[in-house]
Amino acid sequence: MMLAQSIADGILTGAIIALGAIGVSFGLQILKFANFAHSELLTWGAYLALVFVAFAGPGTPTAELSFGWQMMAAMALAALLTGCLAWLVDLLIFRRLRRTGAHPMSLVFAAFGAALIMRHVVVMIWGHGTHFYTRELQIALEVLPGVRMLPDQIFILGLTLAIVVALHLYLTYSRTGIAMRAMAESPSLARACGIEVESVIRWTWILSGALAATAGVFLGLTPQLHPEMGFSLLLALFAASILGGTGSLAGAVVGGLLVGLAENLSVLFIGSGYKTAMPFLVLLLVLFFRPQGLFGEKT
Amino acid sequence: MIGVFSYLVFFACIVLILGVMALGLNLQWGYTGLFNAGIVGFYAIGAYAHAILVTAPRPDLIGNFGLPWIVGIVGAMAASALAAWIVGLATIRLRGDYLAIATFGIATTIQLVTLNWDGLTGGAQGLPAIPRPLSAWFGSPLGFNLFYLGLLIAVVGLVYWALERILRSPWGRVLKAIREDETAAIALGKSARRFRLEAFVLGSTLMGLAGALYVGFIGFVSPFDFLPILTFQIWAMVIVGGSGNNKGALLGALVIWGIWAASGVLIAKLVPPAYAAQGGAVQVILIGLLLVASLLFRPRGLIGEVPVVSRHADD
Repeated sequence: MMLAQSIADGILTGAIIALGAIGVSFGLQILKFANFAHSELLTWGAYLALVFVAFAGPGTPTAELSFGWQMMAAMALAALLTGCLAWLVDLLIFRRLRRTGAHPMSLVFAAFGAALIMRHVVVMIWGHGTHFYTRELQIALEVLPGVRMLPDQIFILGLTLAIVVALHLYLTYSRTGIAMRAMAESPSLARACGIEVESVIRWTWILSGALAATAGVFLGLTPQLHPEMGFSLLLALFAASILGGTGSLAGAVVGGLLVGLAENLSVLFIGSGYKTAMPFLVLLLVLFFRPQGLFGEKT
Repeated sequence: MIGVFSYLVFFACIVLILGVMALGLNLQWGYTGLFNAGIVGFYAIGAYAHAILVTAPRPDLIGNFGLPWIVGIVGAMAASALAAWIVGLATIRLRGDYLAIATFGIATTIQLVTLNWDGLTGGAQGLPAIPRPLSAWFGSPLGFNLFYLGLLIAVVGLVYWALERILRSPWGRVLKAIREDETAAIALGKSARRFRLEAFVLGSTLMGLAGALYVGFIGFVSPFDFLPILTFQIWAMVIVGGSGNNKGALLGALVIWGIWAASGVLIAKLVPPAYAAQGGAVQVILIGLLLVASLLFRPRGLIGEVPVVSRHADD
């Protein structure tokens, strides 16, 4: 019974990690660097939604959920703004570095710098403490024998699935989606085919930011916000992205689920103290035995 | 007056200890182009290894062998080297940012171990009463600090001299060659992977040394000495000071730690206690801005790498 519950919790954590890991994969594949600032986009998304919730309130609980349509609107606005924020960071820092032809690793340095600044601006504005979107109490539903989930958690799983399907269709059929995949394969070839590289990069940032914000709001719903919420997930995001193989959407999603499961199942065996070290263990094993990831092709 | 003088001695000791780490990072990043995002992890390994080796036996803890100071130093370096070797073996053959991610991971994991493995590390309480070298000879804290400052100057001088020597040797030239053009270096029969791994392990060994020197100075170790911000400060030192130049790394250590300490004092004076968290955040943002600005506007740093032309170039 404990096992079934851990698996359910693992899938929930995994879904949130997967949403964040998609952006990390975009970074590694399309922007060609490990964006250590990505976790801060999760945090910013969560806090921006908090601003709207502060104005409009979380809404009257609808159905079994702890919030109403206002929360959904807040999530959409936060996704939009975080997408813009990601693009703004690119304009201010990364694009300049790309233009000067800096060492590719300089971008990673700069990402760490940006992350530090973004995280501490959150501390400056909202303080060190925790915040909640809503203090509404919820009753867990028994979805399967021995497995309990909150209605909010079921909502998160459903919405994640919908987002992933929509994203898959977007990447497969839309012009920008195809251009993004072309950039991931070969930037110079993409440029030769007339793809506007800067425009693709812009859309990549906006999309990554929006996905990160959604993951951040989900994190905030289960159950709280704090300035380190994104940062503490950073290693899991990288582990998920690399485990799945950075090239594919499915990779990031499966990677996210596996990392989420590994974290939650490890608690049963080695206690909760080392939970956050599990992504690192997964990462080391992948890098040793299958660095291209589960779905990646050998280069 | 004596207060200011003691503070300056203490400040200089910390700068020198951080300087050893900056030299280690400079070997990895400045000379070899390796991105170590887990500096604080190797520093912590060195610190704890030293503490466990030299502290007198205690019934409630594993380890604590009461060994001489110098054994603690060597053991700390060996422990960090071993950790670096394991991480490097997995990641150095892969693209550069994977090393960054993996080293970031090891730092996180080490911090969890120091917090959770109470029997070895004392957990969140840390390990107190770690013997400091020859501290019984000195009557006052200032006397010991002055002695330790001398010791640190000697150690940093030795490390600096040794690094300059090996970097001018054929080994050092291969490192630069790999950094500049890996394909060409491999074509000349140099194993890029082996040289990178060696540089990575050697640099991390210096970080372990710094950890041991730190606990030898403070006499106490706890998980809260090893927060991720420290990794970032060391980078700022190397980037702002000038990567690829050992003098730059040491200058960077002085400048960045100076700014950090001064801004801390200033914020404590200006910001009301109720906003202490915000004040602390400003201090960190300042370092972040310095690093990003340095990357954007002065990528060479204060004193960057000196171009070296072979004396056979005219032949």
